[in-house]
Amino acid sequence: MPGLLRSDRGGLSVSSPSGERKDACSLRIIQRDESPMEKGLSGLRGRDFELSDVFYFSKKGLEAIVEDEVTQRFSSEELVSWNLLTRTNVNFQYVSPRLTMVWVLGVIVRYCVLLPLRLTLAVIGISLFVIGTTLVGQLPRNRLKNFLSEVVHLTCCRICVRALSGTIHYHNRQYRPQKGGICVANHTSPIDVLILTTDGCYTMVGQVHGGLMGIIQRSMVKACPHIWFERSEMKDRHLVIRRLKEHIALKEELPILIFPEGTCINNTSVMMFKKGSFEIGGTIHPVAIKYNPRFGDAFWNSSKYNIVSYLLRVMTSWAIVCDVWYMPPMTREEGEDAVQFANRVKSAIAVQGGLTELPWDGGLKRAKVKDTFKEEQQKNYSKMIVGNGSLKSELD
Amino acid sequence: MGSRASTLLRDEELEEIKKETGFSHSQITRLYSRFTSLDKGENGTLSREDFQRIPELAINPLGDRIINAFFPEGEDQVNFRGFMRTLAHFRPIEDNEKSKDVNGPEPLNSRSNKLHFAFRLYDLDKDDKISRDELLQVLRMMVGVNISDEQLGSIADRTIQEADQDGDSAISFTEFVKMDNH
Repeated sequence: MPGLLRSDRGGLSVSSPSGERKDACSLRIIQRDESPMEKGLSGLRGRDFELSDVFYFSKKGLEAIVEDEVTQRFSSEELVSWNLLTRTNVNFQYVSPRLTMVWVLGVIVRYCVLLPLRLTLAVIGISLFVIGTTLVGQLPRNRLKNFLSEVVHLTCCRICVRALSGTIHYHNRQYRPQKGGICVANHTSPIDVLILTTDGCYTMVGQVHGGLMGIIQRSMVKACPHIWFERSEMKDRHLVIRRLKEHIALKEELPILIFPEGTCINNTSVMMFKKGSFEIGGTIHPVAIKYNPRFGDAFWNSSKYNIVSYLLRVMTSWAIVCDVWYMPPMTREEGEDAVQFANRVKSAIAVQGGLTELPWDGGLKRAKVKDTFKEEQQKNYSKMIVGNGSLKSELD
Repeated sequence: MGSRASTLLRDEELEEIKKETGFSHSQITRLYSRFTSLDKGENGTLSREDFQRIPELAINPLGDRIINAFFPEGEDQVNFRGFMRTLAHFRPIEDNEKSKDVNGPEPLNSRSNKLHFAFRLYDLDKDDKISRDELLQVLRMMVGVNISDEQLGSIADRTIQEADQDGDSAISFTEFVKMDNH
C-alpha cells in the first residue's frame, strides 16, 4: 500500500560531460523527467493528497534551477569542442602549450589580417549602398527603378556578406518567397536580414532607428518601399497590421520579411511565434536559417553587447557559415485560428532547421512569465486530488 | 588561457565542495558555470530575483518555497557553496556509496536529509512541527484558487489525523518520517 510519504522519489541525476556527445543539443547537465504531472505524482484521478506531493514539485523546481529550457536560449550555444575562439571557451580546461600557440596564431590572423580586410569591405558595401539607393531614388517610380533598385540591393548585400566571410547554402530555391507573400523566418541576429536579402529583395518591417542604422533605413526607402514604424506606432498592433495588409493587397509588391519571434534567440531553438504576422492573411513562405556554430557565433545577445561590439565579434570570427532552407508556402486552413497557424509554421521551421521547438515566448528574455501558466499547474493538481466535480467553480 | 569557469573557482574550494557534497569534479564545474550564468549581477552570489528569472521555476506552485530553501536564515544572497549544498540533497545515491562507513558524517543526500528538506518546505517558522496552518499554506500554494477553504481544511485535518501520533494536532519530524516508512 503506497505510503503517505515516499522519499525515494526526488533525485536528480547529474550527468558528467563525457566524450560520447553527438551534438551540442545533447549537452545537458541533467536528465530531466518529462513525464506529465499525473505520472510524476503516480496517481489516478481522485487520489488523495499526500504529504510527499511536495517532492514532485520540488524535484521539478530543482531540475529547472540546474538546467531550464528557456534561459539557455538567450546566451550563446555551448560547443562540443573548442573552435579556438576565446569567447566560446567556457567549460574547457587548459590543455597544452601547443594549443595555446595555435590559438595565438589564430588571434593574429583574425585580428590583424581578416578584420582590416572585412572592415574595408563593409565600408565599401555600405557606402555603395547609400550612394546607389540615393541615385536610384531620383528616378520616377517605374520598372527601370525597380530593376536598378534590385541590382543595388543585391550587389551591396553580397559585398557586405563577403565582409563577414559569409558562406551561405541556399536549399530549395524553387520555394523562394514570391511577390505579395509574407516571408517568415527564425531570428538569431540582424545578420539574418543580410543573409536573406542576398538572394532576393524583400520589404522590411521594423522600427525606425537612429545612427548608422537610421541612415541605412532612410536610404533603403528611397529606392523601394519599406515599412518603417516609429517606436510609438509599433505599440499599436492594429495600425501595424493594417499597413501590412495594405501592402500585400498590392500583389505587385515585394514579399514582406517578418521575424515572428520578436527577438534574437541563440539558434538552438525556435520560440513562440507571435500571432500578429499570421493574422494578416496572404501566403506565408517559411524560411529556416541555421548557423554553423563552429565557425563563429552569430547570436546577438543584446543584453550583453551593443550592435557595434557585436559586429566586431562577428568580424573577428572565423566565418559565418549557414544554411537557408526555403519551404513550401503555407496558408491558414479552415477552422484554424492565428495561434494554431503560427504554431504549425513554427513546427515546420523547427523540423527543417533541426532546432528544438519551444512554446515559450522569446519576450521572457526581459519580461516575467505570466501567472496563467502557474494557475494551469495548480488547476491540474487540484483536479488530481479532488476529482473534477468538486472543483470550486467561478460561479461561486 | 584556461577555462573561465574553473579559474574563478579555486581548486581548494572545488575539493572542499567535492568532499562535502559528493559531486564529481566535472559535475561541480558544470554546475558552477550554471551558477555564473544565473548570476546576472556578477557578484558571486545569487539573489531571489536571479532564481525567479527562470520561467519554469516561476510557474512552479512551490517555486517561492524552493527558492527559500537555498537561502540561509535571514539572508538574501546565496554563494556557490550554499547553492551546491542545497542541490546535494538531491544527488542520487550511487551504488558504491550505499555501503560507506556508518561512523562517518551522514552524506547530504541521505534519505533522512531529503526528508528534512521536504519537512522544511512545510515548516516555515522552524519549530520542528508542521501545524495545521503551515499545512494549509502549502496546500493553498499547490492548488491555487481551485479548491474551497472548507474542502482544503478537511484535507488538512484528515492528513494531520492520519499522521499525528502524540496528539498535538501537528506533525513532528518523527511522525513525518514514519509516514514514509509505510
